[in-house]
Amino acid sequence: MAIRDETRMLLETMGRLFEDKATKQAADAAETGVFASDLWQAVAETGVPLAALPESAGGADAEWEDLFYVLRVAGRFSAPIPLAETMLAGWVAASAGLDTVDGPMTVGPVRASDVLTVERDGNGWRLNGTASRLPYATNAQRIILIADGPDSEMAVALDGTAGAEISPGKNIANEARDTLTFDNMRLEADNVRPLGDGVSRAGLYLRGALARAAMMSGAIENTLDLACTYAQQRVQFNRPISKFQAVQQNLAVLATQTAAAVAAANMGIMSLSKDQGRQEFLIAMAKTRVGEAATLACEIGHQVHGAIGFTKEYALQLSTRRLWSWREEFGADPEWAAKVGSYFCQIGADELWPTLTAA
Amino acid sequence: MATPMFRFDPVELPPEAQTLRMEVREFIKEHEHLMGFSKGEFNRDFSRAMGRKGWIGMTWPKEYGGHERSAFERYVIIEEMLVAGAPLSAHYTGDRQSGPSILRYGTEEQKQTFVPKIAAGELTFCIGMSEPNSGSDLAGTRTRAVKVDGGYKINGSKLWTSGAHRADYAILFCKMAQEGQQDVDRHAGGTQFLLDLKAPGIDIRPVINLLGEHHFNEIFLTDVFVPDNRLLGKEGNGWNQVTGELAFERSAPDRFLVLFQMLREMIRMAGPNPDKATAAALGKLISQLGTLRNMSVSIAGMLQEGENPNNEAAVVKDLGTRYEQDIPVVARQLFQTEPELEAADLYASMIARSTMNAPRFSIQGGTREILRGIIARGLGLR
Repeated sequence: MAIRDETRMLLETMGRLFEDKATKQAADAAETGVFASDLWQAVAETGVPLAALPESAGGADAEWEDLFYVLRVAGRFSAPIPLAETMLAGWVAASAGLDTVDGPMTVGPVRASDVLTVERDGNGWRLNGTASRLPYATNAQRIILIADGPDSEMAVALDGTAGAEISPGKNIANEARDTLTFDNMRLEADNVRPLGDGVSRAGLYLRGALARAAMMSGAIENTLDLACTYAQQRVQFNRPISKFQAVQQNLAVLATQTAAAVAAANMGIMSLSKDQGRQEFLIAMAKTRVGEAATLACEIGHQVHGAIGFTKEYALQLSTRRLWSWREEFGADPEWAAKVGSYFCQIGADELWPTLTAA
Repeated sequence: MATPMFRFDPVELPPEAQTLRMEVREFIKEHEHLMGFSKGEFNRDFSRAMGRKGWIGMTWPKEYGGHERSAFERYVIIEEMLVAGAPLSAHYTGDRQSGPSILRYGTEEQKQTFVPKIAAGELTFCIGMSEPNSGSDLAGTRTRAVKVDGGYKINGSKLWTSGAHRADYAILFCKMAQEGQQDVDRHAGGTQFLLDLKAPGIDIRPVINLLGEHHFNEIFLTDVFVPDNRLLGKEGNGWNQVTGELAFERSAPDRFLVLFQMLREMIRMAGPNPDKATAAALGKLISQLGTLRNMSVSIAGMLQEGENPNNEAAVVKDLGTRYEQDIPVVARQLFQTEPELEAADLYASMIARSTMNAPRFSIQGGTREILRGIIARGLGLR
């Protein structure tokens, strides 16, 4: 049903925290490669990163839905920390009985095409393959990967990047996206475990896409907010540009795309309480629709701002560069759109409506 | 954030709404022969059958023939009927806006006279707003009412009045004037009347649309007498009343479900293993549809809580019409065919109908520009 009071309070609390700590200065500093430790520390103290894990695994049995709503707030403030990644790393680790840490974690593979394998080596394991563009890999105290094992997919825990060949990279928002290559890397028995029920590499990819969709919906909200605020302050031809119908119409379109992005992300988030089959197409639809909105939102957000929005000094680019990055991560919207289309073509035209409307 | 954000909370349909859905589908199956594609058919028998099921005026008070069910249940009825292409025209306007307007502004006598009949599917309403010189600009209304003994005398004309030739009543929007006055003041308050379309002095003439079909009309009113007890609400309050009425009109899911059958047909034509580009084009439309549904259920949730989702309804209408105008465009890109309205080939006739109907989606019930103006006001920009 509608958002619960506890959820609303959580989102307000997190909103205040991000407003205080996820400042433009913090984001600018993070782009130079300095990890936003203060921000991370403040977020970690709320318990949010691992809150959805069972109490036995150091969590609070919180609702996953609520945490994805928090990601929207994090996205609104361009929070330069691996919050989504830590949440998902915790999810994979806890399912496999691997330990988590209180510090930042990351999770992978984030690319569908990556190949990672583990094979037995005495009482331990050997890890081979590549995890491309892992978010914040060099900042992560623990890296949780899913690799193909001899019989099934396995969860792998690494304490940092030691032993991996690192090829540093960044997305266009200068968020670290480091590629790790493993060449017969030796792992202790305790660091490799079978995945728990309901967790898989495909499931991780799906939740990653949902996390990006939620974060993007927040970044789009911020784009709308900045554009409306700016349009009411900027005076040309002796009046605020928000008084011009051409500008109003553009901002109205941006508002409709913002609303669609939030609703689409919500649609994906609400699917978490449904069966796996429904999650797959509903999250695919969410990433598709949010990606579409992101493209339009960046275009209009910049158009309304004129030249100032094209500067490093002004904050709009913190959101738009993230949107241009995140729309491609965990599957770009055209890829997910093709999955949605293929799914419904496969089940048949007459199943479209019954499937969309099923509880 | 400084900017007011429109509210689209995550809302799920409650179990009773889903139970009702199965019942509606059974009903639709029994009336399969009456279902069609995007034609807006008029069928009083079908409306009466829906009335007997209790599916008109679902959320209205029982004392006026309503059923006091939830906004979610009503939403489910409407979306299933729209997707099936059910002939709703005989009751749809009454159910969606005339009934709610009378319940909100009408006298006790009016509520008792009209509302139960609308709920029974017995009484058809149409909307008398637009005029030859007053489309988006309702303040330019020229139709005028003069107070006379026992009632009002009305002169003027209405245009683009959908279904007037088959309706029993119109909710007429006009201005108050003095005897002999031709030009009414732009700023004079509007007034609404419940107009019996069989009253003397009313002449209804067809305006054939570009599909060659007769849906809308021009209504000429010459010294039409309307008794005092058919004034709706207050003299001069018509502007407020009409704004509420338009919000009802815009919050329904018919802004994105009238071409559903065509989307389904496109999926059928793509077959089980489409190429990636075709799958992506269809997947994009399906994702838009799923999102619009989610937004519409969210609006139903606001209605259920007694809130006024006026801005949210404008947002959904703007997105919904864009989506429905894209459907024929994508359709002709994916599967080429020459459109023909009465073609034996279902797809060719769907493309013909949807292509020709598309322009009206972003005109009726508030043009795209007007809606975006409403949205801009909601953002605090004007």
